[in-house]
Amino acid sequence: MPLFRDEEYLRVDFEEEKEKDEALWVKCKSCEKLIFKKKLKENNHVCPNCGAYFFLTAKERIKNLVDEETFSDKTKRIESDDPLDFVDAQPYEERVEENQTETGMFDAIIVGTAEIEDNPLVLSVMDFRFIGGSMGSVVGEQIVSGIERSVDEELPFVLVSSSGGARMQEGILSLFQMVKTTSARDMLSEAGLPFISVMTYPTTAGVEASIASLGDVTIAERGALIGFAGRRVIEETIGEDLPQDFQSSEFALEHGIVDAVVERDSMRNELARILGFFN
Amino acid sequence: MSEEKTLKELEEQIERLKSLNAKNGLDLSQEIDTLAEKLSRRKQSKKEGLDDWDRVKLARHPDRPDSSDYIDFLVDDFYPLRGDRLFGDDSALKGGLARYEGETIILIAQSKGGDAEQSQETNFGMLRSEGYRKARRLMELGEKFGFPVLTLIDTPGAYPGKEAEERNIGGMIAQSISTMVSLEVPTVAVVIGEGGSGGAVAIGASDRILMLENSIYSVISPEGCAAILWNDRERADEAARALKLTAKHAKELGVVDEIIDEGNGAHEDFETVAVNLKASISAQLKELKGYDTQTLLEKRRSKYRSIGSYRKVVQKKKDK
Repeated sequence: MPLFRDEEYLRVDFEEEKEKDEALWVKCKSCEKLIFKKKLKENNHVCPNCGAYFFLTAKERIKNLVDEETFSDKTKRIESDDPLDFVDAQPYEERVEENQTETGMFDAIIVGTAEIEDNPLVLSVMDFRFIGGSMGSVVGEQIVSGIERSVDEELPFVLVSSSGGARMQEGILSLFQMVKTTSARDMLSEAGLPFISVMTYPTTAGVEASIASLGDVTIAERGALIGFAGRRVIEETIGEDLPQDFQSSEFALEHGIVDAVVERDSMRNELARILGFFN
Repeated sequence: MSEEKTLKELEEQIERLKSLNAKNGLDLSQEIDTLAEKLSRRKQSKKEGLDDWDRVKLARHPDRPDSSDYIDFLVDDFYPLRGDRLFGDDSALKGGLARYEGETIILIAQSKGGDAEQSQETNFGMLRSEGYRKARRLMELGEKFGFPVLTLIDTPGAYPGKEAEERNIGGMIAQSISTMVSLEVPTVAVVIGEGGSGGAVAIGASDRILMLENSIYSVISPEGCAAILWNDRERADEAARALKLTAKHAKELGVVDEIIDEGNGAHEDFETVAVNLKASISAQLKELKGYDTQTLLEKRRSKYRSIGSYRKVVQKKKDK
């Protein structure tokens, strides 16, 4: 049974992602043990040995969260037009194209409608592989259009963040996506619709300092990185080393920044439970 | 440098002729006019010859006026309010009640400090969590009494500190943006020096955004950008050009509404800049006050709804 109902907006097959990397084994960064890839996948991309979390792509995340056959992709068919003619080691336009080919996505986010244990919602999921999940004009527009869909269809809005922040290559336009998304977020409040923000690894800088921090309920996945400034920058500024758990999910919980820290395995149930209160 | 010298020599020459003119009763006015014209042409072309990195240097110029200079010029009877009512007061953010052309407004300003001692005190304009909470508190005060809110932006960025993170500085920036963007009173933000990323935009989600001609507004500092791109902070000049962080670019990209002419630059010619700025703020406030609250909010929302640049995807072949 297909998990995804509507694929018309996606350029590559949603369901059967080809394994580009043919290696059967992968090394866990945390415990350095070799893990059988298939086993890792079956285990929700959590290391079966030490419990460390591996990245989830947006598609894997969606698969992980929603009821079968309920996800309908509503990602707008738009892509960056390189407004700054930005060139670093590689022209930005080329970088975007390369990322599109690699991920099969237009940009760093997928937006759609779905159900989680029969609770309908608009679900937006960011993908760190796409230029660090950074928020430029396209990501900002997708989030806003997702919020607008929530309002139109009277559905709760859930955003799963995985982003290093605003996208450098679009300069001030990226910076102002912080305002654009925050301004749109108000529409949910006006319509009496809940916004649930899920912070995963990483939720930092421009995304953390705007839309991701404005949830009615905000939960962090275990193993997330949550903060505004980068660890290295802070260490340089204050001239001391920061503790290991600085800006971790537990750190965020302890400092009153998030409502709960949730294991990947129970994220689906947790979201269903939260959504249930608003139904 | 030699151009600076030439300009100075021209100025001195004009002065000499003027004094000769006065002393000897000779009519040298034509010569004076010719030289004055030459001087102004050269100044103009010097200005036009500035590249983006020059603007960054001007935006950070040690003689560039601090927000406290603008506060003195723009308003009468500034009454500072202090504290975030939770933890402390952030001296990098000055704010309070003020009289602008006879009317009460809320003035909120980031301050880098005018000299070394003040800069220490204001943490070089880098706000902590408390600063953004204080900003929100003041904005809400303005909303409650119908006072327009004017913000002056000048910060290299929010303070990257341990305590700032512990006190959720990212969340405080988010809430400051959120409060400002839905504020039921007219709002004007002016970038007077450095508009350093999220720390700046936190008090910049306004109806109108003004930038001084030599100010900058950027998603990341040129140094930070160079460090990420090339692992080399020394290449900040290249990064500055790539980031398109000048007032002119920001206007072309549809983010900024108006650029304030700086004449010879705010570091040399504060009076000109301040006069131009005041005229623009007055005109903007006058127009904004003409809207009823609903129209004001609708216009603001549609302004931010449309910020960004992208294109439709043309059908590409499936990658198989």
